[in-house]
Order: sequence, then C-alpha cells, then structure tokens
Amino acid sequence: MWIVYTLNGLYFAALLFLISLGLNIILGVMGILNLAHGSLYAIGAFIAAWFIIVIGMKVPQIFLYFILLSGLVLAGIVGFLIEKSLIRFMYKRTLEYQLLLTFGALMLLEDVIKMIWGGQAYYASAPFDLLGKVNLFGNVYPAYFLFVMLITLIAGILIWLFMSKTKLGIMLRAISLDREMATGLGLDIDRLSTFAFVLGAGLAGFAGALVVPTTPALLGFGHEPLILAFIVVVVGGLGSLKGALVGSLIVGFTRSFGIAIFPEIELPLLFLIAGIILVVRPQGLFGR
Amino acid sequence: MSFKLRLKSPRWVIYILIFIALLFVPRVLSIHDLMLFQYGLTFAIVALGFNLLLGYTGLLSFGHGAYFAAGAYSVAMIAKYLPEAYSIEILIPSALFFSLILSVIFGFVCVRHTRIFFSILALSLSMLLYALLFKLYHITGGSDGLRVPLPTMLGITFKGMRRPEFLSGTYYYFLLGMFTTSFLVMKGIVSSPFGKALQAIRDNEVRAELIGIRVKRFRFYAFIISGMFTGLGGALWTFVNGHVTADLSHWVFSGEIVYMTLLGGFGTFEGPIIGAMIFTYLKLYAMGNTQYWMFVIGGTLIVLVLLLPNGVAGAFSILWNKIKKKSS
Amino acid sequence: MLTIEKLKKHFGFVKAVDNVDLEIKQGEIVSIIGTNGAGKTTLVNLISGYLRPDSGRIIFFDRDITYASPYTRIKMGIGRSFQLIQLFGGITVLDNVRIALFSKYGMIRRGLFPADRYSFVTEEAIQILNDFNIGDKRELTPKGLSEGDLKILDIAIAFALKSKLLLLDEPTSGVATSDKFKVMDSIVSAIKKEGISTLIIEHDMDIVSGYSDRVIVMNEGRIMAEGRPEEVMENKEVKATVFGIMG
Repeated sequence: MWIVYTLNGLYFAALLFLISLGLNIILGVMGILNLAHGSLYAIGAFIAAWFIIVIGMKVPQIFLYFILLSGLVLAGIVGFLIEKSLIRFMYKRTLEYQLLLTFGALMLLEDVIKMIWGGQAYYASAPFDLLGKVNLFGNVYPAYFLFVMLITLIAGILIWLFMSKTKLGIMLRAISLDREMATGLGLDIDRLSTFAFVLGAGLAGFAGALVVPTTPALLGFGHEPLILAFIVVVVGGLGSLKGALVGSLIVGFTRSFGIAIFPEIELPLLFLIAGIILVVRPQGLFGR
Repeated sequence: MSFKLRLKSPRWVIYILIFIALLFVPRVLSIHDLMLFQYGLTFAIVALGFNLLLGYTGLLSFGHGAYFAAGAYSVAMIAKYLPEAYSIEILIPSALFFSLILSVIFGFVCVRHTRIFFSILALSLSMLLYALLFKLYHITGGSDGLRVPLPTMLGITFKGMRRPEFLSGTYYYFLLGMFTTSFLVMKGIVSSPFGKALQAIRDNEVRAELIGIRVKRFRFYAFIISGMFTGLGGALWTFVNGHVTADLSHWVFSGEIVYMTLLGGFGTFEGPIIGAMIFTYLKLYAMGNTQYWMFVIGGTLIVLVLLLPNGVAGAFSILWNKIKKKSS
Repeated sequence: MLTIEKLKKHFGFVKAVDNVDLEIKQGEIVSIIGTNGAGKTTLVNLISGYLRPDSGRIIFFDRDITYASPYTRIKMGIGRSFQLIQLFGGITVLDNVRIALFSKYGMIRRGLFPADRYSFVTEEAIQILNDFNIGDKRELTPKGLSEGDLKILDIAIAFALKSKLLLLDEPTSGVATSDKFKVMDSIVSAIKKEGISTLIIEHDMDIVSGYSDRVIVMNEGRIMAEGRPEEVMENKEVKATVFGIMG
C-alpha cells in the first residue's frame, strides 16, 4: 500500500504545484494575493467538463485529452479580462483594497459560474475511465493519476525553462526580485504584470481541468484547493517558485498519508506541520 | 483646556441622541425589520472589534470568522451539552472566554508576521477551525450545524415564546446594552495610551519599538481584544439567528466582516458600525431578490473599492469638510 | 557620563570603527564630522546598540552597556534620531510626543481611559512642543508639516523620552538651507534647557561651529582630531583630508 500512498502524495502535490505556482507567480510579480484563484480553478474545471460532456462522444478519444487544455485557455482569458478591467487600477493601492478587490472578484465569478452552468454537478470521467488501471508492483493504480503527474512534470519543466532561459521569464523574475529596480531598467511592468496574471490564472484553470475527470465539478469547487495552495505558499515562502514545489510536496504527502492513517484529522495534521515549519522558519522555507 | 471640552463636543451629543433613538426602535420597526436591525447590531460589535486590528493596528485579518464561530459555538455547545447552564449570564462570559483562548492560540502564531503573510495565516487558521467544526460532526453537527434555543435571562425563562417575540422584547434592550457597552469600551481603548500606541505601531513599527513600545506584544494584545469583541458579537448573533453552522468559520464569512468594515470606512471609529448596518440590509435585500446575491455583493464591493476608497463614513467626512470650508 | 574605550568594529577588511576612545560630559554638545565612510554612523549605531562591537567597552553612567540591547539602552536614556525621518504619520503632532511620554512613564499599557485624562502628560507634551517652537502645530498630523518641522518633531520625540544622551544623525539633512539655523536653534535651545548631552553627526560646517562645544573629526575609523570648533577648523591635517574633499 505504501506505493499507492506515495503515488497519491505525488498526485496531490502535482495538482497543488500547478495551483500554487500560479498563485506565487502573481504574488511575486504583482505583489497581489489573488483570492479569486480558486474560482479560476473552478472555471477551468467547468469548461473542461462541459466540453467533454457535450462533444466528448463525437470526437476521437485522444482528443479528449486536448480538451483539458480548454481549462487553461478559458481561465487565461478570464484572468486577462480581470487584470485589464480591475486589477490594473490596484497596483498603487494598499493591501486591504487589493485583497478586497480579488475577494469581490471571487464572489462575482462564483455567481457567474452559477449563472452559466447552473447548480448541478458535471460528471466528465471519460478521460479517467479510458486510461484504465495499471499494475504497479502488485498494486492496481489508475493510469490517469500517472498521466496527471507526467503532464505536471512537463509543465513544471517548461515553466522552469521559461523562467530561467527566456528573456520574458528573466524579466518576470527581475520584477519579483525588485520592482523599483525593474522599473528603473525600463521594463514594461504593465504588460509583464498582465502576462503574469494570465499565466497564473491559466495554470489554475489547467489544474481544475485536470482534476475534473476524477471529481465532478460542483459549486464551490475551488475553495478547498485554494486553502491548500495558501498553505503551500506560506510553508514554501511568499513568491518563491522553489517554495511552491517543496511546499506542494510537503502538503501533498501529508494529505496522502494523513488520509490513509488518520482520516479524521488529516487537515488539522497538515496545519500542525505547517505551524511547526513556521515556528522554526517564520518566513517559510524559501521565503526572503 | 481643549481636551476637557471634547467631552461636551457635538460628537457626544450626537451619540446620546442616537442612543435615545435606538431605545425606540422596537416601536417603529416591524418584527422582520427589527430582526434585521439586531443582526446589524451584533455585526456592529464584530466590526468594532475587527477595526481595532485593521484600522488602529494596521493588520488585516481574513480569518475573523473563527472568533465569531468561537463565540457562537460556545453558546450552541452549552445549549447541547450543559443545558442547565444555559442562561445569558453564563453564556456571555463563556463566549468571551473561549474566544479569548482561541485568539491567544491563533494570535500567538499570527502576530509574528505582518501584511499579506499575516492575512494568509489568519485565513488558514480560521479554516483549520472550520475543518474541525465540519469533520467532528458528531460533536458539532458538521454542516447541518446546531440549533440554538432561547436562553434564560436572570432566572426568567422564555419557554413557549416564539423567537420574534423574544427578540422584540427583553432581548433587544439587552443587545442594545451590550452594544453600548462595547462601543464605550472600544472608544476608551482607542483613545487610551494603549490605543495610541497601537496607532503608532500601525504608522511606524520601527520608531514605535525605538520609543520603548514592545511591538509584537502590543499587536498580540490588540489581536486578543479584537478576537473577544468578535466572539461577543458571535454569541449575541446566535440568539438572533437561532442556528449555527461551520460556515461561520469559513474564510468567505471572514471576508464579509472585512467587507462591512471597509464599506463603512476603517479610517473612522464609527465607520465600521455604519458599514455593518448597511451590509446587513444589503445582503438580506440581495438574497431576498435574486439567487445571484453574491454577484450583487461582489459587484458592489468592486465598485466600492474602485470609487469609494474611504468607505461611506470617509466619503461623508470629506463631504462634510467641503461644506464647512464653503460656509466659512 | 558616556565613556568609550578602545571600541572596534570591522566589516571584513573595512575598519569602520578602529580603537576609538571618546568621552562625553554632562550637558555637552559634541559634533562628529568626517568624510563619507569615516565611521560616524557606525559609531552612533554602536552606542545605540544597533551593532555589536568586535571589542572595546561602552560605559554609560558607570554601567557597562557594550552588549546591552537597544531596548535596555532606550530605557536607560539613550535616544536617537535617524537620517531619514521616522514619525507616526496618522496621528497628531501632540500624540506623537504624548506616546513617547506615556512610554517613558511606563503608562503605555493603560487601555481603558482616554489619553486626555492624564492631563499632566498632555501639558508636558505641549511644553516640549513649545520649547521646540512647534506648539502651534500640535493638532496637525505630520502630513501638514514642513520638512524642517518634521525634523524638529522627530527630535522632540527622542527628547520627550527624557534621554540623558541624544544621538542625532544629520539633524538638518533635507532641510532647506534658509531654515537650517531656525531648526537648529529650536533643537539646541530645548536641549540646553534640560542640560542633555548630545552627539551630532553633521556635514554642514556652519552648523557644527555654531552649535557644538566640541568637534571630533573621524577618518578611516579613527579619531584624527578633537577640540573646540575653531581649533579644529585650523588644523592642517583636518583641512587637507576633510575639507579638501568636502570642497
């Protein structure tokens, strides 16, 4: 069974990594904690589920996996609109207003989801069922979970290459290190911020789309992942990409083994571990 | 001296007039509106406590629902497990006690940080309480919550009475008394040397430390006082609502507390009270008229943040100053 | 009252403060001058406890405070101002000073009665503001003050703590040249009235010669000359190293 718990831990960590990476990019580049991040995740889940239900039967099966990208695209578009219409005006405002604005956006988006998709659950398990199960050292394990890990690994490597090798990525990192200096260097902060927000939103939406074949999309779909992502960010350190990775692994494994061993207090256990880490390192593992 | 005169200032005359007007509210409002008004009063106590932290100490907690829930659940749990102690004289002190304990524990972790880190930590910790209330359903009732019967008050029972009757009678005056006490105590706190020290910390942490203020310790005290006010509000709210659920500790509920405080304006002492009142009516109105009430509330919030950064009270005081300038 | 013996602080190869001996007497106003990087601010940081020396001793009223925390030193009576103004921007000028007074009297934790009840504190705060010539601005917040008044208020707060020794880091930097003397007049008259010892870091030679009893010249972490202002100004070595560069 330990293999299964370990794999589950990696699977949770993979999803959390996508969500908290987006949260952390936005936090690092823009200095804004996006409370609506969970809603973007939910949007990704709903659109992917809806596509799979509506056109899933009419397309070749392999195409189902490309549908999952719709979560990334739609959440990215919504992120673009939010950034351009609202967050744009918040850079010079104080923390309270930035947080409240994203909180307002969260309430708005929750009801927009309700308006479009109604209150019912969307089941879209086809991509999960089609892959079936694999036998790993005598344990039967859903292949879809392995698929998600693989995709996340690829996405993680792509983001890492992007952040360290491309000019755009280096500019983004420059802003998150020192905003004033970056302005002094003549970087186009406005456009880079938009880009960071779209990227972060897209990653959240993509995570939502990846989850939806395993769990039906429901109202309030993004609440729990958002809280877990917050814990990842706090444990890993604000705005640190390395922190997002390590934090995701810690939270993912704690959840997986917590659920297996102490199912009742799995979440409190997580907080306990996060609390201990914070007492030892108040700024988080990789925080500055 | 000018500070002797302040007690006789028009501000206090207005306070007293408003208090007298509040005494007659039950005769004017319908039972339904009176109930709404009492929701507003309980939230006003919460907002007073919340603003000690936000407006006066400069810490934005996105997890104050936890202390509200602490107050509310102390009432509900006593109703369920210790019914013989279910009287207001015991309930209020125990609500204060449990919110004190919770804010000591959570505050100890949170006040080591400021700004976003503080906000996320406060939020996460409140979600810990939420998870506990939710998962330990055989004790707490989980998502169904617990029903809260009418309490006894100084030996008087209200058996057989319906809640609206209870609310429009004795309880209203009790609530008004608690609100007035909270108002005066908080007014005392913010204008005391301690309150001024909190404002100093908010304005300049480094210098505050330099003139001999123990910054972290003072933040901790402010956190605890704020948590207790919130718990008191939660307990008083329970009797109006008649029912508690784990959602009280959910961060979205905490967000509503932040919202009402900003709606009124956290730069003034009275703003959050006004905000709590307006928010109560706004939310109930939106909920009564559309299933998309979150859309309405969220939309208003965004407009507010973009257009009225100082809240309603702030906007009024700016307007007032303009009128004064013109007339002089 | 303050005695410094063989104080040493090196940052890597940089000898920021190197074997400095210094004594400040009761009621004395001492200025430190020197080029940038001569070790003036490091010395002040060592005295106020923001840095720990590598070796040497600092003795304040017969007590060894070499390794005492900044908090202890504040409580013992060492106050300081910074190059950058540090004020409480959201409360009135009067409250800025009153908070310092409440802290000094150990009344800062009193949380139930309005600060106005403690009328002797208010009166003392007004007295201090009057001594510093900003009494008429007590109901304003710092936002409504000129740069010079902000500097004065900054020092008035340190003064209100009834410091026995005030460390002033460039009290007139950022103040318009025409106001510099007005600012210094206000500060020095208040300080003299109470007989507080003061150590000033200053660049402006007119101010140094006009207001200090004694001048100390620092260069590369050491004291190169010391004496009454007019003596020091005539010192050839000082002229060459300090004024040569300062133009």
